[in-house]
Amino acid sequence: MSSATLEGTSAPRPAPTAFLEVRDLKIHFPTDDGLVKSVDGLSFGLEKGKILGIVGESGSGKSVTSLGILGLHKGTRARVSGEVWLDGTELVAATKEEVRRLRGLKMAMIFQDPLSALHPYFTVGAQIAEAYRIHNDVSKSAARKRAIEMLDRVGIPTPDKRVDDYPHQFSGGMRQRAMIAMSLSCNPELLIADEPTTALDVTVQAQILDLMRDLQKEFGSAIIMITHDLGVVAEFADDILVMYGGKAVEYGTVNEVFYEPQHPYTWGLLSSVTRLDRVRQARLKPIAGSPPSLINVPSGCSFHPRCPYEPQTGGKGSTVVPELVDSGNGHMVRCHLSARERTDLFLEHVKPTL
Amino acid sequence: MGRFIVRRSIGVVLLLIIVSMATFGIFFLAPKLVGTDPARLFAGRVADDATVKQVTKKLGLDQPLYIQYARYAKGIVAGRDFNNGPDKTHCNVPCLGYSFKNDQDVWALMLDRLPVTVSMAIGAAVIWLVSGVSVGVLSALKRGSVFDRAAMGVALAGVSLPVYFTGLLGLSIFSYNLKIFPNVHYVGFTTNPLSWASNLLIPWVCLAFLYSATYARLTRANMLETMGEDYIRTARAKGLPERTVIARHGFRAALTPIVTIFGLDLGGLLGGAVLTETVFGFPGIGKLAVDSIATLDLPIILGVTLFAAFFIIVANLIVDVLYAYVDPRVRYT
Repeated sequence: MSSATLEGTSAPRPAPTAFLEVRDLKIHFPTDDGLVKSVDGLSFGLEKGKILGIVGESGSGKSVTSLGILGLHKGTRARVSGEVWLDGTELVAATKEEVRRLRGLKMAMIFQDPLSALHPYFTVGAQIAEAYRIHNDVSKSAARKRAIEMLDRVGIPTPDKRVDDYPHQFSGGMRQRAMIAMSLSCNPELLIADEPTTALDVTVQAQILDLMRDLQKEFGSAIIMITHDLGVVAEFADDILVMYGGKAVEYGTVNEVFYEPQHPYTWGLLSSVTRLDRVRQARLKPIAGSPPSLINVPSGCSFHPRCPYEPQTGGKGSTVVPELVDSGNGHMVRCHLSARERTDLFLEHVKPTL
Repeated sequence: MGRFIVRRSIGVVLLLIIVSMATFGIFFLAPKLVGTDPARLFAGRVADDATVKQVTKKLGLDQPLYIQYARYAKGIVAGRDFNNGPDKTHCNVPCLGYSFKNDQDVWALMLDRLPVTVSMAIGAAVIWLVSGVSVGVLSALKRGSVFDRAAMGVALAGVSLPVYFTGLLGLSIFSYNLKIFPNVHYVGFTTNPLSWASNLLIPWVCLAFLYSATYARLTRANMLETMGEDYIRTARAKGLPERTVIARHGFRAALTPIVTIFGLDLGGLLGGAVLTETVFGFPGIGKLAVDSIATLDLPIILGVTLFAAFFIIVANLIVDVLYAYVDPRVRYT
């Protein structure tokens, strides 16, 4: 875990010990309207066998981060800076070709909508076999065998027959299973799942999450789970990173973030979730206002226009960008309020309404 | 699939019947409405009334229109006899009648002209398909570049400039002035393949210029759309080299609509490239059509129209069948 004190220093730092370490990652897109700062100084670490949930509203930079780790912004107009260390290799400065060789092999990705993410003109088996053959010098028949094996592993019935089906012949859940089979075909050590259950029925969502958990145990890979569904990360992730306006605003273990959340934005997220295990409230509490423009990010704390506690910062909220500070045990929060103030506010105003 | 082809083939036949009825109606009914007698056209300007009457009887023009059509249709599928007093002329299947002007078998005339039209269409098609599609793909991949802008500018010119402009320009420059291809005329492939190709080159390029412009623009648009699809992102995320992403995943999907218009364009051209053949004076089906229209040679006009309709309809069928192979989501029952 990189700490806030490392941000902004320019001296070369040693290779990290964590399996995946992202340091001060910035992904900016120049557009005609101005510079879109989709990801602006993001740092986090992830060990093998752990699951990190990245949570945030649409446009908070979650998906852009994942594509940035995979190096899919290389060769586009995006300006990427910072460091991404994967198992001792730095990826941001690496060449396109070097990162390509790692994609699919060491790090793989599952996308949101499996129907549009699978090629409509190729059979599911061919697409899995293709992913396998890029990184393994095997014959077509061996790759096909691997595809059948993977389809079987993700729970597709009669995989030796379904391997020759096209994506449109699969149901939504099966397509996502096939997508998972494809991404796991080379036993990647890092799996990034970008809202893998959003396009699925609720019942199927649970199956897919179960499957991912089983596979994670079996393969021992690290998983980054990107979602806006707090329910999904609550039961799935080990650590949670809350993103807002391209920055991390809170980072901690699941228990810390869910039971002792420190950032007003996280409080807002938690308040806007329906809870079946609590007495029903009259209304859900949405977070007032709308997500920030990534071109004209609000001055100071980017959350200040929507923050009900902004007046208590004594004007700092709208002028000074708060640092991501460890408030104890690695629970990091980006807020001007002191840890003491935040704890009091949470216990008095927020917790009773959750 | 088999059932689909059978059903569509029946549709093709029905459509051809309707087209033939319509054209037959236009060409044999319309002259009467404006006071021209087809028999007089056949008999010639100086013929006396008796000859015209004889011709009317021989051609069956004294019969009601539906009987005339029935005989015409029967001629196509089963051959036909023309009674001319004591002489009988048998016209073999497919009988499209005889030219009013020189009494030649229309079918034989068309078969004679077909190699010219086919040579022109196929050659041009190869050129425009290769050039149009590759320019389109490159333009899409280098969107906004100088190449893209230049190519799309040229493509706009290609779409806008008719063959009778580019053709004459080409002839004037390469044939009359530079004398690279002097005296452009049609030479049969079997006579001299080299001469065949060199004489056809200017027509090919002019015709291809017109079509490749459309293909370049269409390919570019398709390619741009495809490369933005989620499955392209997936292909990249798998670690495929960019070349493979473009060729196998992008191009493959962008090609589908090209297959459709290519089939239709080629089908249309096989029915006669009227302007191009006329500009270059190549004796193809299109030239035959133009010449027979000029002389009101009704059986030939009718024959050529049917012939062209046949190619277009059949091309449509082939495209539909091909589609099922190109796009697995399309399944016919």
